[in-house]
Amino acid sequence: MATIELAGKQFDVDEDGFIQDTAQWNDDVARAFAEQEGIVELTEEHWKVIRFLRSYYLEFGVAPMIRKLCKETGFQLKYIYQLFPTGPAKGACKLAGLPKPTGCV
Amino acid sequence: MKPPKLNPGASANQRSHRAKKELLMPLGLPAEMPSDWQAVALRKLDELRHQYRSLQLYLDICVRCGACADKCQFFLGTGDPNNMPVARAELLRKVYRRYFTPSGKLGGRLAAAEDLTDKVLDEWYAYFYQCSECRRCAVFCPYGIDTAEITMAAREIMASVGVATKYVTEVVKKAHEIGNNLGIPEAAWRDSCQFLEEEMKEETGADIKIPVNQPGAEVLLVPPSADLFANTDTMIGYAKLFHAAGVSWTTSTYASEAGNFGLFLNYEHLKKVNKRLVDAAKQLKVKRLVIGECGHAWRAAQAFMDTLNGPLDFLDAPRPEHICEFAARLIRDGRVKLNKTANDGVVVTYHDPCNVARAGGMLEEPREILRAVVSDFREMPADTIRERTFCCGAGGGMLADELMDVRMKGAKPRVEAFKTTGANFLATPCAICKAQLPVAFQHHGVEAQVGGVMDLLGKAIVI
Repeated sequence: MATIELAGKQFDVDEDGFIQDTAQWNDDVARAFAEQEGIVELTEEHWKVIRFLRSYYLEFGVAPMIRKLCKETGFQLKYIYQLFPTGPAKGACKLAGLPKPTGCV
Repeated sequence: MKPPKLNPGASANQRSHRAKKELLMPLGLPAEMPSDWQAVALRKLDELRHQYRSLQLYLDICVRCGACADKCQFFLGTGDPNNMPVARAELLRKVYRRYFTPSGKLGGRLAAAEDLTDKVLDEWYAYFYQCSECRRCAVFCPYGIDTAEITMAAREIMASVGVATKYVTEVVKKAHEIGNNLGIPEAAWRDSCQFLEEEMKEETGADIKIPVNQPGAEVLLVPPSADLFANTDTMIGYAKLFHAAGVSWTTSTYASEAGNFGLFLNYEHLKKVNKRLVDAAKQLKVKRLVIGECGHAWRAAQAFMDTLNGPLDFLDAPRPEHICEFAARLIRDGRVKLNKTANDGVVVTYHDPCNVARAGGMLEEPREILRAVVSDFREMPADTIRERTFCCGAGGGMLADELMDVRMKGAKPRVEAFKTTGANFLATPCAICKAQLPVAFQHHGVEAQVGGVMDLLGKAIVI
Protein backbone atom coordinates (compact mmCIF):
# COMPACT_ATOMS: atom_id res chain seq x y z
CA MET A 1 0.00 0.00 0.00
CA ALA A 2 1.38 3.39 -0.98
CA THR A 3 1.43 6.23 1.50
CA ILE A 4 1.62 9.95 1.04
CA GLU A 5 2.26 12.81 3.36
CA LEU A 6 -0.51 15.38 3.48
CA ALA A 7 -0.50 18.33 5.84
CA GLY A 8 2.32 16.71 7.84
CA LYS A 9 0.59 13.32 8.33
CA GLN A 10 0.98 9.95 6.60
CA PHE A 11 -2.00 8.49 4.75
CA ASP A 12 -2.51 5.17 2.99
CA VAL A 13 -3.64 5.84 -0.58
CA ASP A 14 -4.69 3.69 -3.52
CA GLU A 15 -2.93 3.65 -6.92
CA ASP A 16 -4.81 6.79 -7.94
CA GLY A 17 -3.91 8.65 -4.77
CA PHE A 18 -7.33 8.44 -3.04
CA ILE A 19 -7.08 8.07 0.74
CA GLN A 20 -8.08 4.63 1.98
CA ASP A 21 -9.50 5.45 5.38
CA THR A 22 -12.08 8.15 4.91
CA ALA A 23 -12.35 8.63 8.69
CA GLN A 24 -8.84 10.13 8.67
CA TRP A 25 -10.03 12.96 6.47
CA ASN A 26 -10.03 16.58 7.62
CA ASP A 27 -10.03 20.01 5.99
CA ASP A 28 -6.23 20.05 5.81
CA VAL A 29 -6.30 16.87 3.70
CA ALA A 30 -8.58 18.64 1.22
CA ARG A 31 -6.23 21.62 1.13
CA ALA A 32 -3.19 19.42 0.54
CA PHE A 33 -4.96 17.53 -2.27
CA ALA A 34 -6.07 20.84 -3.80
CA GLU A 35 -2.46 21.80 -4.28
CA GLN A 36 -1.74 18.47 -6.01
CA GLU A 37 -4.73 18.97 -8.29
CA GLY A 38 -3.53 22.43 -9.30
CA ILE A 39 -6.29 24.28 -7.47
CA VAL A 40 -4.79 27.56 -6.30
CA GLU A 41 -7.15 28.26 -3.43
CA LEU A 42 -10.15 26.47 -1.98
CA THR A 43 -13.01 28.93 -2.09
CA GLU A 44 -16.43 28.72 -0.41
CA GLU A 45 -17.71 27.22 -3.65
CA HIS A 46 -15.17 24.41 -3.49
CA TRP A 47 -16.12 23.74 0.12
CA LYS A 48 -19.80 23.63 -0.78
CA VAL A 49 -19.08 20.76 -3.20
CA ILE A 50 -16.75 19.00 -0.78
CA ARG A 51 -19.17 19.25 2.16
CA PHE A 52 -22.09 17.91 0.15
CA LEU A 53 -20.06 14.98 -1.23
CA ARG A 54 -18.91 14.09 2.26
CA SER A 55 -22.25 14.35 3.96
CA TYR A 56 -23.90 12.25 1.23
CA TYR A 57 -21.14 9.67 1.42
CA LEU A 58 -21.35 9.43 5.20
CA GLU A 59 -25.11 8.93 5.00
CA PHE A 60 -25.31 6.57 2.00
CA GLY A 61 -21.88 4.97 1.62
CA VAL A 62 -21.44 6.06 -1.99
CA ALA A 63 -20.90 9.27 -3.97
CA PRO A 64 -24.11 11.04 -5.00
CA MET A 65 -25.41 11.20 -8.55
CA ILE A 66 -23.67 14.00 -10.41
CA ARG A 67 -27.05 15.53 -11.20
CA LYS A 68 -27.88 15.65 -7.51
CA LEU A 69 -24.53 17.24 -6.70
CA CYS A 70 -25.27 19.96 -9.27
CA LYS A 71 -28.77 20.55 -7.94
CA GLU A 72 -27.75 20.65 -4.28
CA THR A 73 -24.85 23.03 -4.86
CA GLY A 74 -26.58 25.08 -7.54
CA PHE A 75 -23.56 24.67 -9.84
CA GLN A 76 -23.75 23.48 -13.41
CA LEU A 77 -21.52 20.55 -14.30
CA LYS A 78 -19.30 22.77 -16.45
CA TYR A 79 -18.72 25.01 -13.46
CA ILE A 80 -17.84 22.03 -11.26
CA TYR A 81 -15.19 21.15 -13.85
CA GLN A 82 -13.86 24.70 -13.53
CA LEU A 83 -13.66 24.30 -9.77
CA PHE A 84 -12.20 20.78 -9.96
CA PRO A 85 -10.37 20.34 -13.28
CA THR A 86 -10.39 16.53 -13.11
CA GLY A 87 -14.14 16.53 -12.51
CA PRO A 88 -16.66 15.62 -9.83
CA ALA A 89 -15.93 11.87 -9.77
CA LYS A 90 -12.17 12.26 -9.60
CA GLY A 91 -10.86 15.56 -8.26
CA ALA A 92 -13.84 16.51 -6.11
CA CYS A 93 -14.22 13.04 -4.57
CA LYS A 94 -10.49 12.87 -3.91
CA LEU A 95 -10.50 16.20 -2.06
CA ALA A 96 -13.54 15.13 -0.08
CA GLY A 97 -11.80 11.92 1.04
CA LEU A 98 -14.21 9.58 -0.75
CA PRO A 99 -13.03 6.39 -2.44
CA LYS A 100 -12.67 6.72 -6.19
CA PRO A 101 -15.97 5.94 -7.94
CA THR A 102 -15.28 3.00 -10.25
CA GLY A 103 -17.49 1.19 -12.72
CA CYS A 104 -18.59 2.53 -16.09
CA VAL A 105 -17.69 6.12 -15.22
CA MET B 1 -7.87 4.89 -41.49
CA LYS B 2 -4.51 4.27 -43.13
CA PRO B 3 -2.34 1.66 -41.39
CA PRO B 4 0.07 3.37 -38.99
CA LYS B 5 3.84 3.22 -39.09
CA LEU B 6 5.02 0.19 -37.14
CA ASN B 7 6.22 1.15 -33.71
CA PRO B 8 7.31 -2.01 -31.84
CA GLY B 9 6.78 -1.85 -28.10
CA ALA B 10 4.95 1.48 -28.35
CA SER B 11 2.34 0.46 -25.80
CA ALA B 12 4.26 -2.27 -23.96
CA ASN B 13 4.27 -0.17 -20.81
CA GLN B 14 0.54 0.53 -20.80
CA ARG B 15 -0.49 -1.59 -17.83
CA SER B 16 -3.63 -1.86 -15.79
CA HIS B 17 -3.01 -1.77 -12.04
CA ARG B 18 -2.69 -5.33 -10.78
CA ALA B 19 -5.30 -6.71 -8.40
CA LYS B 20 -3.92 -7.41 -4.96
CA LYS B 21 -4.95 -10.13 -2.55
CA GLU B 22 -7.76 -8.02 -1.03
CA LEU B 23 -9.53 -8.21 -4.39
CA LEU B 24 -8.35 -11.63 -5.55
CA MET B 25 -9.26 -13.66 -2.47
CA PRO B 26 -12.95 -12.70 -2.24
CA LEU B 27 -13.28 -13.77 -5.87
CA GLY B 28 -11.76 -17.18 -5.14
CA LEU B 29 -8.59 -16.40 -7.09
CA PRO B 30 -5.09 -17.18 -5.75
CA ALA B 31 -3.88 -14.37 -3.49
CA GLU B 32 -0.38 -14.86 -4.81
CA MET B 33 1.02 -16.58 -7.85
CA PRO B 34 1.56 -20.25 -6.99
CA SER B 35 5.17 -21.46 -7.17
CA ASP B 36 4.18 -23.90 -9.93
CA TRP B 37 2.20 -21.24 -11.80
CA GLN B 38 3.28 -22.46 -15.24
CA ALA B 39 1.81 -25.90 -14.56
CA VAL B 40 -1.43 -24.38 -13.25
CA ALA B 41 -1.73 -22.06 -16.25
CA LEU B 42 -1.05 -24.85 -18.74
CA ARG B 43 -3.65 -27.07 -17.08
CA LYS B 44 -6.14 -24.22 -17.45
CA LEU B 45 -5.26 -23.76 -21.12
CA ASP B 46 -5.70 -27.50 -21.67
CA GLU B 47 -9.04 -27.45 -19.87
CA LEU B 48 -10.31 -24.47 -21.88
CA ARG B 49 -9.31 -25.84 -25.28
CA HIS B 50 -11.21 -29.02 -24.49
CA GLN B 51 -14.19 -27.17 -23.07
CA TYR B 52 -14.52 -24.82 -26.05
CA ARG B 53 -14.05 -26.42 -29.46
CA SER B 54 -14.06 -22.91 -30.91
CA LEU B 55 -10.94 -22.03 -28.93
CA GLN B 56 -9.13 -25.16 -30.10
CA LEU B 57 -10.08 -24.28 -33.67
CA TYR B 58 -8.95 -20.66 -33.34
CA LEU B 59 -5.62 -21.78 -31.90
CA ASP B 60 -5.03 -24.11 -34.84
CA ILE B 61 -6.38 -22.56 -38.01
CA CYS B 62 -4.88 -19.07 -38.30
CA VAL B 63 -2.76 -18.86 -41.46
CA ARG B 64 -1.37 -15.43 -40.52
CA CYS B 65 -2.78 -13.80 -43.64
CA GLY B 66 -2.92 -10.48 -41.82
CA ALA B 67 -6.45 -9.49 -42.90
CA CYS B 68 -7.17 -8.55 -39.28
CA ALA B 69 -3.99 -6.55 -38.74
CA ASP B 70 -5.21 -3.07 -39.58
CA LYS B 71 -8.78 -3.59 -38.37
CA CYS B 72 -8.06 -3.15 -34.65
CA GLN B 73 -8.42 0.39 -33.29
CA PHE B 74 -5.64 -0.28 -30.80
CA PHE B 75 -3.19 -1.16 -33.57
CA LEU B 76 -4.39 1.75 -35.71
CA GLY B 77 -3.95 4.08 -32.76
CA THR B 78 -0.67 2.82 -31.28
CA GLY B 79 1.19 1.25 -34.21
CA ASP B 80 2.37 -1.41 -31.76
CA PRO B 81 2.57 -4.65 -33.78
CA ASN B 82 1.47 -6.68 -30.74
CA ASN B 83 -1.87 -4.90 -31.04
CA MET B 84 -2.48 -6.51 -34.42
CA PRO B 85 -5.07 -9.16 -33.55
CA VAL B 86 -3.00 -11.86 -35.25
CA ALA B 87 0.07 -10.92 -33.22
CA ARG B 88 -1.90 -10.60 -29.99
CA ALA B 89 -3.33 -14.08 -30.47
CA GLU B 90 0.13 -15.35 -31.35
CA LEU B 91 1.21 -14.56 -27.77
CA LEU B 92 -1.05 -17.42 -26.66
CA ARG B 93 -0.70 -19.59 -29.76
CA LYS B 94 3.08 -19.86 -29.41
CA VAL B 95 2.67 -21.27 -25.89
CA TYR B 96 -0.10 -23.60 -27.04
CA ARG B 97 2.17 -24.93 -29.80
CA ARG B 98 5.08 -25.46 -27.41
CA TYR B 99 3.15 -27.66 -25.01
CA PHE B 100 0.30 -29.16 -26.99
CA THR B 101 1.43 -29.77 -30.59
CA PRO B 102 3.99 -32.32 -31.80
CA SER B 103 5.86 -29.79 -33.93
CA GLY B 104 6.10 -27.29 -31.10
CA LYS B 105 7.21 -29.91 -28.57
CA LEU B 106 10.01 -31.00 -30.90
CA GLY B 107 10.81 -27.89 -32.87
CA GLY B 108 10.61 -25.20 -30.21
CA ARG B 109 11.33 -21.77 -31.64
CA LEU B 110 11.80 -23.21 -35.13
CA ALA B 111 8.15 -24.23 -34.97
CA ALA B 112 7.15 -20.79 -33.67
CA ALA B 113 6.70 -22.24 -30.20
CA GLU B 114 7.80 -20.67 -26.94
CA ASP B 115 8.09 -21.64 -23.30
CA LEU B 116 5.69 -20.09 -20.85
CA THR B 117 8.04 -17.78 -18.95
CA ASP B 118 7.66 -14.74 -16.72
CA LYS B 119 8.40 -12.61 -19.78
CA VAL B 120 5.61 -14.22 -21.80
CA LEU B 121 3.16 -13.81 -18.93
CA ASP B 122 4.16 -10.17 -18.69
CA GLU B 123 3.39 -9.70 -22.41
CA TRP B 124 0.04 -11.43 -21.94
CA TYR B 125 -0.84 -9.08 -19.11
CA ALA B 126 0.02 -6.01 -21.16
CA TYR B 127 -1.55 -6.94 -24.48
CA PHE B 128 -4.55 -9.09 -23.53
CA TYR B 129 -5.69 -6.10 -21.48
CA GLN B 130 -5.21 -3.83 -24.50
CA CYS B 131 -7.87 -5.82 -26.34
CA SER B 132 -11.41 -4.64 -25.69
CA GLU B 133 -12.87 -7.96 -26.89
CA CYS B 134 -14.79 -5.89 -29.44
CA ARG B 135 -14.43 -8.55 -32.17
CA ARG B 136 -13.98 -6.15 -35.09
CA CYS B 137 -11.08 -8.32 -36.28
CA ALA B 138 -13.37 -11.34 -36.43
CA VAL B 139 -15.57 -9.64 -39.03
CA PHE B 140 -12.66 -9.45 -41.44
CA CYS B 141 -11.03 -12.84 -40.77
CA PRO B 142 -11.58 -15.15 -43.74
CA TYR B 143 -11.71 -18.08 -41.30
CA GLY B 144 -14.01 -16.34 -38.85
CA ILE B 145 -11.50 -16.52 -36.00
CA ASP B 146 -12.78 -14.64 -33.00
CA THR B 147 -9.69 -13.18 -31.35
CA ALA B 148 -11.82 -11.96 -28.44
CA GLU B 149 -12.28 -15.60 -27.46
CA ILE B 150 -8.52 -15.97 -27.37
CA THR B 151 -8.27 -12.85 -25.20
CA MET B 152 -10.97 -14.21 -22.90
CA ALA B 153 -9.10 -17.52 -22.60
CA ALA B 154 -5.81 -15.74 -21.87
CA ARG B 155 -7.46 -13.65 -19.16
CA GLU B 156 -9.08 -16.73 -17.65
CA ILE B 157 -5.70 -18.50 -17.60
CA MET B 158 -4.08 -15.48 -15.96
CA ALA B 159 -6.85 -15.24 -13.37
CA SER B 160 -6.27 -18.91 -12.48
CA VAL B 161 -2.76 -17.97 -11.29
CA GLY B 162 -3.84 -14.80 -9.52
CA VAL B 163 -3.06 -12.31 -12.30
CA ALA B 164 -5.92 -9.91 -12.94
CA THR B 165 -6.57 -6.18 -13.02
CA LYS B 166 -7.63 -4.06 -10.09
CA TYR B 167 -10.33 -2.38 -12.16
CA VAL B 168 -12.11 -5.54 -13.27
CA THR B 169 -11.85 -7.42 -9.96
CA GLU B 170 -12.96 -4.40 -7.93
CA VAL B 171 -16.05 -4.01 -10.09
CA VAL B 172 -16.91 -7.73 -10.01
CA LYS B 173 -16.54 -7.74 -6.21
CA LYS B 174 -18.96 -4.81 -5.88
CA ALA B 175 -21.46 -6.49 -8.21
CA HIS B 176 -21.45 -9.58 -5.96
CA GLU B 177 -21.52 -7.73 -2.66
CA ILE B 178 -23.77 -4.76 -3.41
CA GLY B 179 -25.52 -5.67 -6.65
CA ASN B 180 -23.98 -3.14 -9.00
CA ASN B 181 -20.66 -1.98 -10.42
CA LEU B 182 -20.65 1.43 -8.80
CA GLY B 183 -21.45 0.04 -5.37
CA ILE B 184 -24.73 1.95 -4.89
CA PRO B 185 -26.45 0.48 -1.80
CA GLU B 186 -30.24 0.13 -1.61
CA ALA B 187 -30.85 3.33 0.36
CA ALA B 188 -28.86 5.39 -2.15
CA TRP B 189 -30.59 3.64 -5.06
CA ARG B 190 -33.98 4.58 -3.63
CA ASP B 191 -32.84 8.12 -2.87
CA SER B 192 -31.54 8.56 -6.41
CA CYS B 193 -34.72 7.22 -8.02
CA GLN B 194 -36.81 9.52 -5.85
CA PHE B 195 -34.64 12.48 -6.76
CA LEU B 196 -35.10 11.79 -10.47
CA GLU B 197 -38.86 11.47 -9.94
CA GLU B 198 -38.81 14.96 -8.44
CA GLU B 199 -36.77 16.22 -11.38
CA MET B 200 -39.33 14.82 -13.83
CA LYS B 201 -42.19 16.27 -11.81
CA GLU B 202 -40.52 19.66 -12.00
CA GLU B 203 -40.04 19.33 -15.76
CA THR B 204 -43.36 17.79 -16.81
CA GLY B 205 -45.73 18.27 -13.89
CA ALA B 206 -46.53 14.56 -14.06
CA ASP B 207 -45.92 11.86 -11.46
CA ILE B 208 -43.50 9.69 -13.39
CA LYS B 209 -42.19 6.86 -11.26
CA ILE B 210 -38.94 4.94 -11.11
CA PRO B 211 -40.20 1.93 -9.16
CA VAL B 212 -37.89 -0.09 -6.93
CA ASN B 213 -38.41 -3.79 -6.07
CA GLN B 214 -42.04 -3.72 -7.22
CA PRO B 215 -43.35 -7.30 -7.37
CA GLY B 216 -45.63 -8.29 -10.22
CA ALA B 217 -44.53 -5.54 -12.59
CA GLU B 218 -44.58 -6.46 -16.26
CA VAL B 219 -40.97 -5.44 -16.88
CA LEU B 220 -37.82 -5.74 -14.81
CA LEU B 221 -35.54 -3.10 -16.27
CA VAL B 222 -31.89 -3.69 -15.46
CA PRO B 223 -29.80 -0.62 -16.30
CA PRO B 224 -26.09 -0.11 -15.97
CA SER B 225 -25.63 1.50 -12.54
CA ALA B 226 -23.91 4.42 -14.30
CA ASP B 227 -27.46 5.48 -15.30
CA LEU B 228 -27.97 6.37 -11.63
CA PHE B 229 -24.67 8.21 -11.42
CA ALA B 230 -23.64 10.09 -14.56
CA ASN B 231 -26.15 9.12 -17.27
CA THR B 232 -29.33 10.23 -15.55
CA ASP B 233 -30.98 11.42 -18.79
CA THR B 234 -30.95 7.80 -19.90
CA MET B 235 -32.72 6.73 -16.70
CA ILE B 236 -35.27 9.48 -17.23
CA GLY B 237 -35.75 8.24 -20.80
CA TYR B 238 -36.69 4.74 -19.59
CA ALA B 239 -39.08 6.17 -17.00
CA LYS B 240 -40.86 8.43 -19.46
CA LEU B 241 -41.16 5.62 -22.01
CA PHE B 242 -42.79 3.19 -19.58
CA HIS B 243 -45.00 5.94 -18.15
CA ALA B 244 -46.21 7.17 -21.55
CA ALA B 245 -46.85 3.64 -22.84
CA GLY B 246 -48.59 2.57 -19.63
CA VAL B 247 -46.24 -0.36 -19.02
CA SER B 248 -45.70 -1.34 -15.39
CA TRP B 249 -42.04 -1.78 -14.58
CA THR B 250 -39.52 -1.94 -11.80
CA THR B 251 -35.85 -1.79 -11.02
CA SER B 252 -34.28 -4.23 -8.57
CA THR B 253 -31.79 -3.44 -5.83
CA TYR B 254 -30.58 -7.05 -5.97
CA ALA B 255 -29.87 -6.95 -9.70
CA SER B 256 -29.11 -3.26 -10.03
CA GLU B 257 -26.49 -3.74 -12.70
CA ALA B 258 -26.83 -4.88 -16.27
CA GLY B 259 -23.11 -4.78 -16.95
CA ASN B 260 -21.26 -8.00 -16.42
CA PHE B 261 -17.55 -7.56 -15.77
CA GLY B 262 -17.31 -11.31 -15.24
CA LEU B 263 -17.11 -11.37 -19.03
CA PHE B 264 -13.71 -9.68 -18.67
CA LEU B 265 -12.42 -12.03 -15.97
CA ASN B 266 -13.58 -15.63 -16.19
CA TYR B 267 -16.53 -17.93 -16.79
CA GLU B 268 -17.31 -18.49 -13.11
CA HIS B 269 -17.91 -14.80 -12.44
CA LEU B 270 -19.68 -14.21 -15.76
CA LYS B 271 -22.19 -16.84 -14.68
CA LYS B 272 -22.47 -15.65 -11.09
CA VAL B 273 -23.07 -11.99 -11.98
CA ASN B 274 -25.60 -13.01 -14.64
CA LYS B 275 -27.51 -15.20 -12.17
CA ARG B 276 -28.56 -12.15 -10.16
CA LEU B 277 -30.72 -11.00 -13.08
CA VAL B 278 -32.49 -14.35 -13.38
CA ASP B 279 -33.02 -14.60 -9.62
CA ALA B 280 -34.40 -11.04 -9.40
CA ALA B 281 -36.79 -11.66 -12.31
CA LYS B 282 -38.10 -14.79 -10.57
CA GLN B 283 -38.37 -13.16 -7.15
CA LEU B 284 -40.24 -10.15 -8.49
CA LYS B 285 -42.42 -12.35 -10.70
CA VAL B 286 -42.04 -10.09 -13.70
CA LYS B 287 -43.11 -11.07 -17.22
CA ARG B 288 -40.21 -9.53 -19.11
CA LEU B 289 -36.55 -8.85 -18.52
CA VAL B 290 -35.34 -5.74 -20.31
CA ILE B 291 -31.68 -4.74 -20.48
CA GLY B 292 -30.85 -1.03 -20.40
CA GLU B 293 -28.21 0.93 -22.29
CA CYS B 294 -25.16 -1.18 -21.56
CA GLY B 295 -23.05 -2.85 -24.23
CA HIS B 296 -21.49 -5.87 -22.64
CA ALA B 297 -24.66 -6.40 -20.61
CA TRP B 298 -26.39 -7.12 -23.89
CA ARG B 299 -23.63 -9.46 -24.97
CA ALA B 300 -23.74 -11.39 -21.71
CA ALA B 301 -27.54 -11.47 -21.69
CA GLN B 302 -28.28 -12.03 -25.36
CA ALA B 303 -25.49 -14.45 -26.17
CA PHE B 304 -24.88 -16.33 -22.94
CA MET B 305 -27.78 -16.02 -20.48
CA ASP B 306 -29.75 -19.04 -21.62
CA THR B 307 -26.70 -21.29 -21.39
CA LEU B 308 -25.42 -19.75 -18.15
CA ASN B 309 -28.58 -19.65 -16.09
CA GLY B 310 -31.47 -20.55 -18.35
CA PRO B 311 -33.98 -21.53 -19.42
CA LEU B 312 -35.91 -18.31 -19.04
CA ASP B 313 -39.19 -20.06 -19.78
CA PHE B 314 -40.87 -18.39 -16.79
CA LEU B 315 -40.92 -15.12 -18.75
CA ASP B 316 -43.54 -14.14 -21.35
CA ALA B 317 -40.70 -13.56 -23.77
CA PRO B 318 -38.33 -16.40 -22.81
CA ARG B 319 -35.22 -14.32 -23.46
CA PRO B 320 -33.86 -10.98 -22.34
CA GLU B 321 -35.03 -8.02 -24.42
CA HIS B 322 -33.06 -4.88 -25.24
CA ILE B 323 -34.53 -1.53 -24.27
CA CYS B 324 -34.13 -0.37 -27.88
CA GLU B 325 -36.18 -3.25 -29.29
CA PHE B 326 -38.79 -2.72 -26.58
CA ALA B 327 -38.96 1.04 -27.25
CA ALA B 328 -38.99 0.63 -31.04
CA ARG B 329 -41.93 -1.77 -30.73
CA LEU B 330 -43.89 0.69 -28.58
CA ILE B 331 -43.20 3.46 -31.10
CA ARG B 332 -44.23 1.24 -34.02
CA ASP B 333 -47.44 0.30 -32.22
CA GLY B 334 -48.25 3.95 -31.61
CA ARG B 335 -48.12 3.51 -27.84
CA VAL B 336 -46.17 6.75 -27.30
CA LYS B 337 -46.65 10.19 -28.80
CA LEU B 338 -43.51 11.90 -30.00
CA ASN B 339 -42.58 15.49 -30.68
CA LYS B 340 -39.38 15.76 -32.70
CA THR B 341 -39.17 19.52 -32.24
CA ALA B 342 -38.12 18.92 -28.63
CA ASN B 343 -34.78 17.85 -30.11
CA ASP B 344 -34.46 20.74 -32.54
CA GLY B 345 -30.86 21.76 -33.06
CA VAL B 346 -29.61 18.26 -32.33
CA VAL B 347 -27.70 16.80 -35.26
CA VAL B 348 -27.28 13.20 -34.27
CA THR B 349 -25.22 10.27 -35.38
CA TYR B 350 -25.29 6.78 -33.93
CA HIS B 351 -22.29 4.91 -32.56
CA ASP B 352 -22.90 1.16 -32.55
CA PRO B 353 -21.36 -0.15 -29.33
CA CYS B 354 -19.35 -3.24 -30.30
CA ASN B 355 -21.25 -5.49 -27.92
CA VAL B 356 -24.69 -4.19 -28.85
CA ALA B 357 -24.19 -4.33 -32.61
CA ARG B 358 -21.56 -6.89 -33.49
CA ALA B 359 -22.09 -9.23 -30.58
CA GLY B 360 -25.77 -8.60 -29.97
CA GLY B 361 -27.23 -8.02 -33.43
CA MET B 362 -29.03 -4.84 -32.38
CA LEU B 363 -28.58 -2.77 -35.53
CA GLU B 364 -31.88 -1.35 -36.74
CA GLU B 365 -33.88 -0.53 -33.62
CA PRO B 366 -31.67 2.26 -32.22
CA ARG B 367 -31.67 3.91 -35.66
CA GLU B 368 -35.43 3.49 -35.94
CA ILE B 369 -35.85 5.28 -32.60
CA LEU B 370 -33.45 8.08 -33.49
CA ARG B 371 -35.19 8.74 -36.83
CA ALA B 372 -38.46 8.98 -34.94
CA VAL B 373 -37.20 11.47 -32.37
CA VAL B 374 -34.79 13.82 -34.18
CA SER B 375 -35.12 15.47 -37.57
CA ASP B 376 -31.43 15.36 -38.50
CA PHE B 377 -29.93 11.88 -38.27
CA ARG B 378 -26.70 11.10 -40.07
CA GLU B 379 -24.56 8.00 -40.41
CA MET B 380 -20.82 7.74 -40.03
CA PRO B 381 -18.93 6.09 -42.96
CA ALA B 382 -20.20 2.60 -43.80
CA ASP B 383 -16.97 0.81 -42.92
CA THR B 384 -17.13 2.19 -39.36
CA ILE B 385 -20.71 1.35 -38.35
CA ARG B 386 -22.99 -1.63 -37.78
CA GLU B 387 -21.00 -4.90 -37.75
CA ARG B 388 -17.89 -2.94 -38.73
CA THR B 389 -18.17 -0.42 -35.91
CA PHE B 390 -15.06 0.68 -34.08
CA CYS B 391 -14.84 0.18 -30.35
CA CYS B 392 -14.93 3.42 -28.34
CA GLY B 393 -11.50 2.43 -27.09
CA ALA B 394 -12.38 1.52 -23.50
CA GLY B 395 -14.54 -1.62 -23.60
CA GLY B 396 -13.58 -5.01 -22.26
CA GLY B 397 -12.33 -3.76 -18.91
CA MET B 398 -10.10 -1.01 -20.32
CA LEU B 399 -11.97 1.97 -18.86
CA ALA B 400 -9.26 2.55 -16.25
CA ASP B 401 -7.44 5.84 -15.86
CA GLU B 402 -4.01 4.24 -16.00
CA LEU B 403 -4.75 3.09 -19.58
CA MET B 404 -5.61 6.63 -20.69
CA ASP B 405 -2.88 6.81 -23.33
CA VAL B 406 -3.92 3.64 -25.16
CA ARG B 407 -7.61 4.53 -24.64
CA MET B 408 -7.21 7.87 -26.38
CA LYS B 409 -5.19 6.33 -29.22
CA GLY B 410 -7.75 3.53 -29.57
CA ALA B 411 -10.60 6.07 -29.72
CA LYS B 412 -9.08 7.92 -32.65
CA PRO B 413 -10.69 5.88 -35.48
CA ARG B 414 -14.13 6.40 -33.90
CA VAL B 415 -13.54 10.13 -33.40
CA GLU B 416 -12.25 10.57 -36.98
CA ALA B 417 -15.35 8.88 -38.36
CA PHE B 418 -17.56 11.08 -36.18
CA LYS B 419 -15.87 14.22 -37.53
CA THR B 420 -16.99 13.42 -41.09
CA THR B 421 -20.68 13.71 -40.14
CA GLY B 422 -20.97 17.29 -38.90
CA ALA B 423 -23.13 15.96 -36.05
CA ASN B 424 -23.17 17.68 -32.67
CA PHE B 425 -24.53 14.71 -30.73
CA LEU B 426 -23.29 11.16 -30.63
CA ALA B 427 -25.98 8.80 -29.39
CA THR B 428 -24.99 5.38 -28.10
CA PRO B 429 -26.60 2.83 -25.80
CA CYS B 430 -23.57 1.89 -23.71
CA ALA B 431 -22.34 3.30 -20.41
CA ILE B 432 -18.69 2.58 -21.19
CA CYS B 433 -18.91 4.42 -24.54
CA LYS B 434 -20.66 7.29 -22.73
CA ALA B 435 -17.83 7.54 -20.19
CA GLN B 436 -15.03 7.17 -22.73
CA LEU B 437 -16.14 9.25 -25.71
CA PRO B 438 -16.52 12.67 -24.04
CA VAL B 439 -12.93 12.33 -22.80
CA ALA B 440 -11.81 11.20 -26.27
CA PHE B 441 -13.66 14.09 -27.92
CA GLN B 442 -11.93 16.56 -25.66
CA HIS B 443 -8.57 14.88 -26.23
CA HIS B 444 -8.95 14.97 -30.01
CA GLY B 445 -10.40 18.49 -30.08
CA VAL B 446 -14.03 17.72 -30.95
CA GLU B 447 -16.89 19.68 -29.43
CA ALA B 448 -19.97 17.48 -29.30
CA GLN B 449 -22.26 15.93 -26.78
CA VAL B 450 -22.45 12.22 -26.01
CA GLY B 451 -25.63 10.62 -24.68
CA GLY B 452 -27.99 7.71 -24.89
CA VAL B 453 -30.70 6.85 -27.39
CA MET B 454 -33.13 6.98 -24.46
CA ASP B 455 -31.95 10.51 -23.62
CA LEU B 456 -33.26 11.82 -26.94
CA LEU B 457 -36.35 9.61 -26.83
CA GLY B 458 -37.14 10.91 -23.34
CA LYS B 459 -36.99 14.48 -24.54
CA ALA B 460 -39.30 13.79 -27.48
CA ILE B 461 -41.95 11.81 -25.60
CA VAL B 462 -45.11 13.82 -25.05
CA ILE B 463 -46.25 13.33 -21.48
